[in-house]
Amino acid sequence: MKFERKDLLDIQSLSVDEINLILDTAKSFRQVLERPIKKVPTLRGKTIANLFFEPSTRTKLSFELSAKRLSADLLNFSSSTSSVLKGETLLDTAKNIMAMKVDALIVRHSLPGAPHLLATYLPISIINAGDGAHEHPTQGLLDLYSIREKKGKIEGLSVAIIGDITHSRVARSDIWGLTKLGAKVRVCGPPTLIPVEIEKMGVEVVYNVEEALAGCDVVIMLRIQQERQSASFIPTILEYREFFSLDERKLKFLKPDAIIMHPGPVNRGVELPAKLADGRRSIILNQVTNGIAVRMAVLYLLLT
Amino acid sequence: MKIMDKQEIEKVLFSLCKKILKENEDLDSLVTVGIQRRGAILARRISKIIQKLKGGKIPVGTLDITLYRDDLSRISYQPILRSTDIPFPIDDRCVLLVDDVLYTGRTVRAALDALLDIGRPRKIKLLVLIDRGHRELPIQADYVGRKVSTSPDQMVELRVAEIDGEEEVIILDGQKDEI
Amino acid sequence: MSILIKRGMVVDPASHREDVLDILIEDKIIKKIGKDIKSYGAEVIDAREKIVIPGLVDLHTHLREPGREDEETIRTGTLAAAKGGFTTICCMPNTNPPIDNPTVVKYIYREAEKNGVVEVLPVGTISYRREGKKLSEMGRLKESGVVGFSDDGSWVVDSNLMRRALEYAKMFNLPIISHCEDPYLSKDGVMNEGYWSTVLGLPGIPAEAEEIAIFRDLSLARLTGSKLHIAHLSTRGGVELIRKAKQENIKVSCEVTPHHLALCDEAVKNFDTNTKVNPPLRTGKDIEALKDGLREGVIDIIATDHAPHTQEEKELEYSRSPFGIIGLETALSLVIKELVEPGILSFMEAIAKLTINPSRIIGIDRGKIREGSMANLAVVDLSRSWQVKEEEFFSLSKNSAFIGWTLPGKVEFTICKGKIVYSEDLEFLHEF
Repeated sequence: MKFERKDLLDIQSLSVDEINLILDTAKSFRQVLERPIKKVPTLRGKTIANLFFEPSTRTKLSFELSAKRLSADLLNFSSSTSSVLKGETLLDTAKNIMAMKVDALIVRHSLPGAPHLLATYLPISIINAGDGAHEHPTQGLLDLYSIREKKGKIEGLSVAIIGDITHSRVARSDIWGLTKLGAKVRVCGPPTLIPVEIEKMGVEVVYNVEEALAGCDVVIMLRIQQERQSASFIPTILEYREFFSLDERKLKFLKPDAIIMHPGPVNRGVELPAKLADGRRSIILNQVTNGIAVRMAVLYLLLT
Repeated sequence: MKIMDKQEIEKVLFSLCKKILKENEDLDSLVTVGIQRRGAILARRISKIIQKLKGGKIPVGTLDITLYRDDLSRISYQPILRSTDIPFPIDDRCVLLVDDVLYTGRTVRAALDALLDIGRPRKIKLLVLIDRGHRELPIQADYVGRKVSTSPDQMVELRVAEIDGEEEVIILDGQKDEI
Repeated sequence: MSILIKRGMVVDPASHREDVLDILIEDKIIKKIGKDIKSYGAEVIDAREKIVIPGLVDLHTHLREPGREDEETIRTGTLAAAKGGFTTICCMPNTNPPIDNPTVVKYIYREAEKNGVVEVLPVGTISYRREGKKLSEMGRLKESGVVGFSDDGSWVVDSNLMRRALEYAKMFNLPIISHCEDPYLSKDGVMNEGYWSTVLGLPGIPAEAEEIAIFRDLSLARLTGSKLHIAHLSTRGGVELIRKAKQENIKVSCEVTPHHLALCDEAVKNFDTNTKVNPPLRTGKDIEALKDGLREGVIDIIATDHAPHTQEEKELEYSRSPFGIIGLETALSLVIKELVEPGILSFMEAIAKLTINPSRIIGIDRGKIREGSMANLAVVDLSRSWQVKEEEFFSLSKNSAFIGWTLPGKVEFTICKGKIVYSEDLEFLHEF
């Protein structure tokens, strides 16, 4: 099977075969990461640019390392959205970087659809590294990879996604990927942070964490941001923690071999106590490692 | 056109193994690594034969050279990434690299780079079933099953039971986009 | 100069006439309507197999002049109108400066007279500077020629100010045109709130933002007994509220745009900024309700909400791009496609909603084909379809959601005040 796309913009439009191809390809790169020399010459001569219009540490580093492990040259462009607004438009900035003979742009932006805008107007590959609350496809893929690695399969698993679903691009990418591969997905959070008609994406909505966790194989905890307090989505972070954080007691509702995931960065002590983030069920650091392999696979499939 | 059948392939592999045994006093450090896909199958067979003749165990690994190809940006199709599986250290070992057909030498070049990224063998030797000539790089095999003269617009293919359901080496007219 | 339109199928909703007739135009007036009219020296338009309709009247156009002449000018906007079969357009006052004083009204009339090709009737603001704080000088605006009042683009949030505006406008017998949107509820929304806003992660505008605003405005219309016109209705709930209000004899009229009939919120899924409009494209269910509303007469008219924006403004992130798409040149064809072809409205009913009905709402003597009335007409070939092409728009801006669509019905001639202001002969257009 061939990967015929120019861009990776979302998981929503990927077929099951395409998802599996990416995951299988990632497995080869995961082996490379275990070698003493963790680098292959595959993308030698290719140039990739990181365009980050929103602060990010791990995604940017992960893409940077993935590109380097494939021997591509990588350049970093970071800018807060506001300073771009003053001068150049997004499209103009991207065109200027493309003019430096760059083969692919990795785009992180606070507004949904920003990578699509570039993909529409530019002939080079665009990889969505997170666009507002829309999607974060490589995070979704690495979550799928990590679950498959631990559980051997995705089909038939029960997965709970807990937290601020409304503002989460990770939730959306996870939902598409998991439901396409046959998992049962429950989302849970305060009703103010569950977007309307999300049931139509094929998930179950519950407001009670214990109910959400019941019989689950996987629980994905999402980050809650301070600013949700001021916009009246939740009264206080403290109250949120009481209702929606994970603790030892709530873990009993999960299956005995259930795993805990988090896209990071973890608000330790808010949605997840340190003890659980570092505990035996947590695969948070595996997710980070697998992220490199998955991103290498995506770059390889798009650029060769 | 068929140039080798099942028996001939078996015979050639057997005599290559005998030659290896004769020339390598240090068999304890010998490992075989086959290039995906048909080289990997040959490597497995060679290990078996040597084990039978000599006793002991010869570790077998497989090597996918896709990530090391020098023509990724030039070929129109996307090669399938197969697994590299060398579940033993190759440092200070004698690696017998196995492939089915030696042609331009570019595959072997890629394989050498890949092996050197995985470890630092004491020695690498190359075994091929067929050497069809037309080298583009200064690479020669240490063990050659058969030399065949071909024209560049022909294709030489090994077919094996595991993949193709048959055992033969054939020459076809018309080129294939492969190094 | 006289023009004789020969043997066209005349469709005039005002008189319910539908017959093959000749129309003789002399000076600016329809001189004679009848069979086999002879007139020596008249320019003849052969309208056999064609339809002759009253020139269309648009109650909701953004001409952008003064202030944003890079988006549209009175000249380009009226050229676009003529191409779409419109002969009278009402321009909304959210210009810069806004149409909140007679000077701007006079400027627009003068510019339209000088450079425009169809009639332009300004709508004045409800509030001074469109700020929603105090009334504009409605009387002086009326004197200078506005045909209605609107703070279009914003709702008048202050209920007391809206009450006063409705009351005060009564003495001029002009409608208050309300852009119904509760800004606290629509907040930073950029598309309809529903399944697709959830999928795309874009902030949504719930239907209730419109419905709440309509409810309040209907209550105030009841309280004051004044004429209220609801602009660009988009929701099922809104249709329901207006249906009830009409049963109560509240003096309300309302409009729907062609794009709210032709597109639902799923169209946003590729983040095409030409699907960003306010009110947003709603769901299939809303579209059904709007069509029911049109059929039952709950919705009186179809208006374009023609809103030009430059290429630069549309080549932006979805959330940053301004609301609005152009509509004058595609309106009639979309109405035929979405309403006439599926049998929701007869052709005559559809034309009524584009001619005589809007004319009545603002009290102008337009939108009909009658001897002695102004010679504003369009000749349409219903058997022809055409492809919407970006480079063929007369509007200065090309922000249409319908580029690439094949649409039925082609305007072949538009006549305004007895003059041919559009014909397919492009050479001709350069002359005026």
